[in-house]
Amino acid sequence: MFDQLFFGYCALMIIISGILAISLRNPVHCVLMVLVLFFHMAGLYLTLQAEFLAAVQIIVYAGAVLVLYLFVLFLVSIRQELHLDAFIPNPWIGRIIAVGLGAGLLYVIPAFTLGEKGAWPQAAIKELTHTKALGQELFTTALLPFEIAGLILLVALIGGLVLARREDTEPLESEEIPNPASDAHGKGQEVAS
Amino acid sequence: MIPLSWYMALAVVLFFIGVCGFLTRRNVIVMFLSIELMLNGVNLNLVALSHFLESLRGQTFTFFIITVAAAEAAIGLGIAIALYRSRRTVHVDTLNQLKG
Repeated sequence: MFDQLFFGYCALMIIISGILAISLRNPVHCVLMVLVLFFHMAGLYLTLQAEFLAAVQIIVYAGAVLVLYLFVLFLVSIRQELHLDAFIPNPWIGRIIAVGLGAGLLYVIPAFTLGEKGAWPQAAIKELTHTKALGQELFTTALLPFEIAGLILLVALIGGLVLARREDTEPLESEEIPNPASDAHGKGQEVAS
Repeated sequence: MIPLSWYMALAVVLFFIGVCGFLTRRNVIVMFLSIELMLNGVNLNLVALSHFLESLRGQTFTFFIITVAAAEAAIGLGIAIALYRSRRTVHVDTLNQLKG
């Protein structure tokens, strides 16, 4: 009973904050609504006995990714509300497509049947603790994907650096004889700006 | 005990909200947020199925999805910054140079 009440609360908060996140005008409010949503997602993971993923959800999503979003939002924030000619004039086209997709997916859910059970019953996970069980799975059967995930993160790190780097096109700076003092000054300016 | 279909229905609703946001909003950053919502819908589905199938494969997959989502956020926001630097806007309706 408590499980179902908790699920209902989390589901309600997820749906409300999701709808608010895509409908509020101010992007900062959108990000904060998504933060609420992520916390309730972590609550749902707890009802599924996935404690490690709940922690990762809060630490990585709420702690790192959303802070990145907020930083970029403040970096490119535009105060005035824009009234532009829309590329696709009617927003209802998008809404109808989305509603059709959602209705189709909901329609096929009852046809779903579970397949064969795997090798990790709940009792085994509980005995070994979830983090340990997931670690065993991750470092034995999914070792190669784990390494590839590390490579993807490295690529993303370098790509983010390259994309966000300021292009120094001013001729004055490039013609200057490079000396450490002016370099440090330039870097300081870059950080400050 | 919560039935599996509840989780799947919630995941579908979350995915639908993400698709709706992606198709209707015009700010690049909010569009990226909508993509995160869609990824979260898929994650919920995977974790629920992995719980009910008594397998850890879905949760491993969720772990990798979170990794890729973080990478996607970093790259996408880098592109948003580069876009803002060259065009002074992050609204996709002004980026129509390829329109004939």
